[in-house]
Amino acid sequence: MSVFNQSRSTIIRLIFLGIFIIIIAQLMNLQLFSGKYKQLAFNNAVFAKVVYPSRGIIYDRKGKAILNNTIMFDLVVTPNQVKNVDTSLLCALLQIDTTEFNRRMAEAKFKNGRYRPSVFRDLLPADMYAKLDENMWKFPGFDLVERPVRVYPFNTGAQVLGYIGEADSSIIKRSNGFYRLGDYVGRSGLEQYYEGTLMGRRGVQYMIKDNKNRLVGRYENGIYDTAAIAGKNLRTYIDVEVQQLAEKLMKNKIGAIVAIEPKTGGIISMVSGPDFDPNLLTGPEKRANYGKLSLDASNPLFNRAIKGQYPPGSTYKPLEALIGLDEGVITPRSGIACSGAYYGCNRPVKCTEKWPGHAANLRLAIAHSCNSFFSNAFRLIVDNPEYRSSRVGLTKWKSYANAFGYGHRTGVDLPSEDGGNIPDTTQYDKEYRGSWNSCTMVTIGIGQDKMLTTPLQIANAICIVANKGYYYTPHFVKTYDGESQEDTVLNIYRKQHEVLTHISDSAYNTVIGGMNDVTIVGTAARIPKIPGIDICAKTGTAENYKVLDGKRTKLKDHSVFVCFAPRDNPKIAVAVIVENGGFGATWAGPMAYLVVEKYLTDSLRADRLAEVDRISNTNLLPSWLPREQYKLDSARAYYRFSLTKDSNVIRKYLKGGYRPPVQEPEIKKAPAKPQPKKDNALPVTQVNPMIDPEKTNHPKSLNRRNEPA
Amino acid sequence: MNQHNPEISKGVDWLLVWLYIILAGIGIMSIFAATFREGDNVLQGFLSLKTDYSRQTLYFGIASILAVFILLTDSKFFTATANLWYAAGMFLLLLVFPFHTNIKGTESIIKIGGAFQLQPADVCKVFVCLALAKYLSRVETDFSKTQSQLIAAAIALVPGLISIAQHETGLALVYFSFFLVMFREGLPAGILIIGFSAAVLVVATLLMEPNTLAIILTAIALLCIYIMRRQIKRKRRLLFLIIGIWVVCVGVQRFAVPFMFDHVFKPYQVKRIYDTIGKEYVPKNAADIADLEANGAKKKDDGDYNVRQSKIAIGSGGLIGKGLLKGTQTRYDFVPEQRTDFIFCTIGEGFGFLGSFILLGLYFLLLMRIVTIAERQRSVFSRAYAYGVASVIFFHIAINICMTIGLAPVIGIPLPFISYGGTSLLTFTVLLFILIRLDADRQMVLR
Repeated sequence: MSVFNQSRSTIIRLIFLGIFIIIIAQLMNLQLFSGKYKQLAFNNAVFAKVVYPSRGIIYDRKGKAILNNTIMFDLVVTPNQVKNVDTSLLCALLQIDTTEFNRRMAEAKFKNGRYRPSVFRDLLPADMYAKLDENMWKFPGFDLVERPVRVYPFNTGAQVLGYIGEADSSIIKRSNGFYRLGDYVGRSGLEQYYEGTLMGRRGVQYMIKDNKNRLVGRYENGIYDTAAIAGKNLRTYIDVEVQQLAEKLMKNKIGAIVAIEPKTGGIISMVSGPDFDPNLLTGPEKRANYGKLSLDASNPLFNRAIKGQYPPGSTYKPLEALIGLDEGVITPRSGIACSGAYYGCNRPVKCTEKWPGHAANLRLAIAHSCNSFFSNAFRLIVDNPEYRSSRVGLTKWKSYANAFGYGHRTGVDLPSEDGGNIPDTTQYDKEYRGSWNSCTMVTIGIGQDKMLTTPLQIANAICIVANKGYYYTPHFVKTYDGESQEDTVLNIYRKQHEVLTHISDSAYNTVIGGMNDVTIVGTAARIPKIPGIDICAKTGTAENYKVLDGKRTKLKDHSVFVCFAPRDNPKIAVAVIVENGGFGATWAGPMAYLVVEKYLTDSLRADRLAEVDRISNTNLLPSWLPREQYKLDSARAYYRFSLTKDSNVIRKYLKGGYRPPVQEPEIKKAPAKPQPKKDNALPVTQVNPMIDPEKTNHPKSLNRRNEPA
Repeated sequence: MNQHNPEISKGVDWLLVWLYIILAGIGIMSIFAATFREGDNVLQGFLSLKTDYSRQTLYFGIASILAVFILLTDSKFFTATANLWYAAGMFLLLLVFPFHTNIKGTESIIKIGGAFQLQPADVCKVFVCLALAKYLSRVETDFSKTQSQLIAAAIALVPGLISIAQHETGLALVYFSFFLVMFREGLPAGILIIGFSAAVLVVATLLMEPNTLAIILTAIALLCIYIMRRQIKRKRRLLFLIIGIWVVCVGVQRFAVPFMFDHVFKPYQVKRIYDTIGKEYVPKNAADIADLEANGAKKKDDGDYNVRQSKIAIGSGGLIGKGLLKGTQTRYDFVPEQRTDFIFCTIGEGFGFLGSFILLGLYFLLLMRIVTIAERQRSVFSRAYAYGVASVIFFHIAINICMTIGLAPVIGIPLPFISYGGTSLLTFTVLLFILIRLDADRQMVLR
């Protein structure tokens, strides 16, 4: 009866065929023509796990590791595996309460989800780790995971070695995405400067993850993985014992010590006071510690050795002697009749010595640090008739000062060095509207005025004197493991800069002799000698001012000292600055001597150890510090208060802080100058009256151009 | 059959048997690929009966035994008991209401003992197939009569309606596939066309602005009147017919579809339909959101997660696929339900376009073979039954594969012979082997 419907069989077959063709067309579309699904599936299932290489170790010159790696433990939780955990015990071990526990659990779930591990507590302290490790079986879902951490075995060199921290957004941006959130990078010091060398090369492991983002195995058995290459170890010039000694000496003081090996430019020690325990910035409390350090008014995070701007004071005088000799405006036999001040200009420049003959010749002038002699010599350099203009003279002087490494960065292998300041004509033109002469900046001759230098520059300049004209850029790193000539970053430090070799050896010998005299008969003669070592030194006493409570206040002089030793074949050059330490030979000198002795003889004599303790225990922190700290704290307390409107924060931030006395703080009473010689009426007769600079005709032997060059 | 039949293999269509075995084998392999875990002992896995692939192997064994029993059965048995089976099926379906267990949002499953589950709506396909064939083959049935057509439709659709009442829309839709049988047996083509047009209208309603669609419908109506103006002059009724159709269409578009979506369908079903046609479903109230969450839609905008992951799995297979056990999408559980409804992903990812094409080829061969067998039957019963088998299998294949590749909404119906599940495999085996049994006796006229 339905035979006539047989054609419908064909229709049904066609319907089947049609649907199958549609399915096949869509399959072709998905599988053959759109390539995106492969990538999507790959992204779904493969996770590129970064393998961090171990960071390079930093060694001192004797092969002791001063910055090393160690393992600490994080407590990690996988929320979905947490079952029957003894919460109260865990809280007790971690020293947290239940609310904090719940908060952290919620945070872990929020951050990484229920199926992936998140850090519950990072960097467990050793005792907490030990207790937890015993009880781990009671806490299913919790794990102890290793994490490499930097450690400073000698607790030394905080500002030099630097520290590592998590990369912030600006670093990530600058690195073009090389660093990712959570990566650790060097944030200061050698850690930052040698980041590329120390960090090594990261590896990648392709891991398979499932739909809950759990890692379940290696992708393709790891054939696409790249291995991590460990960071290279740095071998430095640092002598860790000298560094520790220098840090001990700088305790309770603001200032800096820099010791350089003149023959190589290698930095033996660099200390900035006050410093801090570098391990504060590695452990579990690093964030809190960093906060404390950054809010300290004495600014321990600030490396004064490369960033502190100090007038070099009298330590500049040997350099000026060399400039004068090279320019031919003075000779070794030049002298000046100084009676306690230089009266060549309107305002007298005072001198610490007034007995006749203390500046009878160049060596004596250096030995006794005669201000008159060097004020005069500076004017002679600037007003050199050869140039017919003190503008040209000042520019010439500036080029010499720059050649000594002043006024520009030395290029040391540390980040964010400062260059100091060597004033030029435009600076004076601006200030004095073009009307100035050599008298305007006469105190440059004694290392004051607008001349500002960093301790590193001062030390480097003394290296140039010790080397008789050349220097190597100061640097810490001698070599690193696996260094090759092609890819090294250290070539710039192996180039000898012959900046001032054109100055005659006899000029150098005269000045070096003068510096040697400093330690024998001169300003540093009272510092006990080191037997068998001939030291050449120069003291400095730098006047300085600071704006305190809106007033430019004169503070106690900085104690400055430079030296190198031994005299022949110098092995170490040291520069020391102690802020507000007074006379150069009082604090900076003995400290430099101790550093030299420790470095050259590898030990200290027994009686010297007592001297180390005496210096170390002396507190020379300036009197303005507590008040500045108080201002800083109260400003912050007020800021927090204005944010929270909670008066408790004021108490919190000012807890234990400095309470200002009802009366004005004592800053104003700070001694103005170390030498209380004001009452002595200075005899005017012995000093030349005002002389026209162009026609300077100094008494005795200050004849120009009759000195053999 | 009174004559002695010395061997059961006489008259058996071996091509179908082989296709069945191959497909079931592919099924076990795919389930293995989808559920095997790195480090498992393969042999132990197959013997333990704890893994899904070993269970499926067991089901295949049971199904084979059942198949042999069916082949040993007299073919008259099926015609004789067709209505009885149907009645039993209906009873089972009704039994669900008091005894169902609520699993995954459906209320159509009876749990017997601990492990065994029975889904009457699934099993009923066989009974409907038999009963429909029985009804169509009755001597007194004149299928050109509307009354007969209505009765046939009722036989096919009543289990479907009961399934809908049990929140099992997917299986209910399967029963609509029996219209293909009726079409073959003389149901006017117009009904199929009307049905198809209605489907187009519903989809268009969902996709288009109501007013735009109304204007288009009006334009079509006016065009029809213009084209048929001569016939209309002769027959006034034609004009009313066209206007009537227009009114119905606009009514459906304006009122019926919104009513259905608001009151009849569950929000998760609406969402699936919306996801398929690429529209965003915005739940109207908190109850809707709660319903969505109860039915597996994890997040607000993650409704098409399954389909997206499934498309990624199939698409990433490329031309030749990643190989057995190499598919990252299916190995690491990105595709949900991948051993049951989304089993095709495993094949698409593991064996690529070629593998999928071969599988589709096997299915197509199976369907063509069934249609061929149907046409060579002397008895209407066998033919109608064969078409029933073809329709059901075809519908399952088409909807299942289309939903994995994003052409159909996600309605949970299994891929015949391949998807994991004892009930499904046994049902299809019975369905197919009754056909083979009937075909072996194709010289007889069965009533």
